Amino acid sequence: MIEDFPMQQIINEDGEIVDADALNDISTEKVKSFYYKMLCARMLDKKCVNLQRQGKIGTYVPYEGQEAAQIGSAVALEEGDWIFPTYRDHAATLTFGHSMRNLLLNWRGRPEGNVPPEGVNIFPPGIPIASQLLHATGAAWAEKKHGSDRVSLVYFGDGATSEGDFHEALNFGSVFNIPTIFFNQNNGYAISVPMERQMKTKTIAQKGLAYDMDCLRIDGNDVLAVFAATKASVDRARANQGPTLIEAVTWRYGAHTTADDASKYRDQNESETRRETTDPLLRVQRYLQTQNTWNEDWLKTIEEEITDEIETAIAEMEAYPEPDLRQLFDYVYDRPTWTIQEQVNQHLAVQGEE
Amino acid sequence: MVSPAVNTKKMTMIEGVRNAMDEMLKENEDVIILGEDIGVNGGVFRATEGLHEKYGEDRIIDTPISESGIIGNSIGLAANGFRPIAEIQFLGFIYPGFNQLMTHATRLRQRSLGRFTVPVVVRAPYGAGVKAPEIHSDSVESLFTHMPGIKVVVPSNAYDAKGLLIASIDDPDPVMFLEPLRCYRSNRTEVPDGKYTIDIGRASVLKQGDDISVFTWGAMVMDTMKAIETLEEEQNMSCEVIDLRTLYPLDKETISASVQKTGRAAIIHEAPATGGVSNDVISLINDTSFLYLRAPIQRVTGFDTPVPVYSLEQEYLPSAAKIQAAIVNAVNF
Ligand SMILES: Cc1ncc(C[n+]2csc(CCOP(=O)(O)OP(=O)(O)O)c2C)c(N)n1
Ligand SMILES: [Mg+2]
Repeated sequence: MIEDFPMQQIINEDGEIVDADALNDISTEKVKSFYYKMLCARMLDKKCVNLQRQGKIGTYVPYEGQEAAQIGSAVALEEGDWIFPTYRDHAATLTFGHSMRNLLLNWRGRPEGNVPPEGVNIFPPGIPIASQLLHATGAAWAEKKHGSDRVSLVYFGDGATSEGDFHEALNFGSVFNIPTIFFNQNNGYAISVPMERQMKTKTIAQKGLAYDMDCLRIDGNDVLAVFAATKASVDRARANQGPTLIEAVTWRYGAHTTADDASKYRDQNESETRRETTDPLLRVQRYLQTQNTWNEDWLKTIEEEITDEIETAIAEMEAYPEPDLRQLFDYVYDRPTWTIQEQVNQHLAVQGEE
Repeated sequence: MVSPAVNTKKMTMIEGVRNAMDEMLKENEDVIILGEDIGVNGGVFRATEGLHEKYGEDRIIDTPISESGIIGNSIGLAANGFRPIAEIQFLGFIYPGFNQLMTHATRLRQRSLGRFTVPVVVRAPYGAGVKAPEIHSDSVESLFTHMPGIKVVVPSNAYDAKGLLIASIDDPDPVMFLEPLRCYRSNRTEVPDGKYTIDIGRASVLKQGDDISVFTWGAMVMDTMKAIETLEEEQNMSCEVIDLRTLYPLDKETISASVQKTGRAAIIHEAPATGGVSNDVISLINDTSFLYLRAPIQRVTGFDTPVPVYSLEQEYLPSAAKIQAAIVNAVNF
């Protein structure tokens, strides 16, 4: 079956062009803008790991290594579309218009972290594995019923394909011809469990066949392949041609979270090797170098620009006002029930107004 | 109880849990563990650390991410001779498995008039206060006490955890074994070597007292003991503290005897007030000891809200000030 699902690439690990036709549609400026976004995501991720070590944020979920998958897919969407991330997809949400400050506040245990800017349709991260897939089909179904051509894109991992919700969402998507892109990031592991123990199939893409759905497998570390495949799927969904399952094959360099020790279940040398081979940023750099459009000064400039942006966002996060108790009580219902109202009053009577 | 001849070791609660499983795996080939990341990784809280190497992957089974699969398969395995321990990584992720628990595990015995039974233990860490991400921290023990057909156990220390877990694995019926996250590594108790059991359905009187009976369980045991320590120092009163340990079935004798002695009661729990297990304790006191009461029964609980993100979770958890105020209210009523 794996032969039926070759891993599609546009540029390979060495930055060489594999699919020249596909590349024709993507300008060098666009490639550079992808690089910029990936670099920004990577620098932010590294920073967050440090912030966690310094105790400035709580347990953090790194995505380093998966930038191409997240960014290549998010840039293929347009205003008014919807995305449904997991806890690991903040490179995607940032790309789709989440504010960096709010994204950081999420890791500081602040509810504002779940709130995207007005008009940007990003759901709070799906934490119970695979549950968000059904929200994505529901929201896109609503778009379709409203007669719009907006679509939804939902992120999920290899491990998520074992939950019933995954299969139920694919089935709904397929039965009702819902404009959803099921974007799987196959990073090889679900915490400690490798793909081979999670499933018998060699690909995730083939699971779409059971639902008679368009399905494909791409090199998730090739941002151009990710962009092109997602864009084509989005176009089909907009044209009412139904959902697509995309398996983006990728790798997380780090541990599952900052609370996890990856060396307990895998050889971390593999990550080190991959940094030199399959890395999503390095390959774009190599490609631009072969095109003679890579420039170290440019890199320096954008690194400085990104550093400023990140430092500003961190300063805003740190200066953010203390959490307000009202956030705990005032948003459970449209209007607090008498039970909650009484509990607030009793709470304040003992604890005092802070 | 511990006989003097048995060696003991100081353990954290997570070590007690592991030690119990180790004893039972050693004793009975039919005991197996199913769960996510419990194999080479030893569980995300290390409850099964070392067990994979010792007992092999046929008995310590890393499953796909599927709570319905874990619990549903445990039912089939149990009905056909095994003694599965199903680990749910966090209680907040048990909901895909709810169908299996509510419609099958709890009633297979009754539906088949005893022909098929479900000796499964479902273990899950739970509770707030460890700065976990969202959804990881709710205390929903009463969702299970409200399921007829399953017993509900909540240890708060290593000694109880080991004895109760062994009893749960030996139990012929399904047991929900809830492990308060905050207790995993926050205290150590002496734990005897080898096999011993603590009866399911027996509370533990942690401290004798005359003025009020304070009932609690799980992580709130630590907070309650601390709150009471300062209260007793500052005010001239003596509190009896009872760790219920089993939430279904409740220990009717211990609860009623204590209230009949003190004439007052307070119940402390992390879970929301509405539908909380405190309500069952109040009913039990009402049924057995109403005429002994000298004050309304007090409750200190979480709010009727989801547990918030971690920057607000300390506000959510019952504070020492609230526990003390409730006790003072009752005693000075
Ligand atoms: C329903 C449910 N079960 C278990 C968990 C605990 N958990 C968190 S992440 C994770 C692994 C998910 O792996 P995968 O889907 O491959 O995504 P990745 O973390 O690799 O991005 C597990 C088991 C959960 N969050 N939700
Ligand atoms: Mg994964």
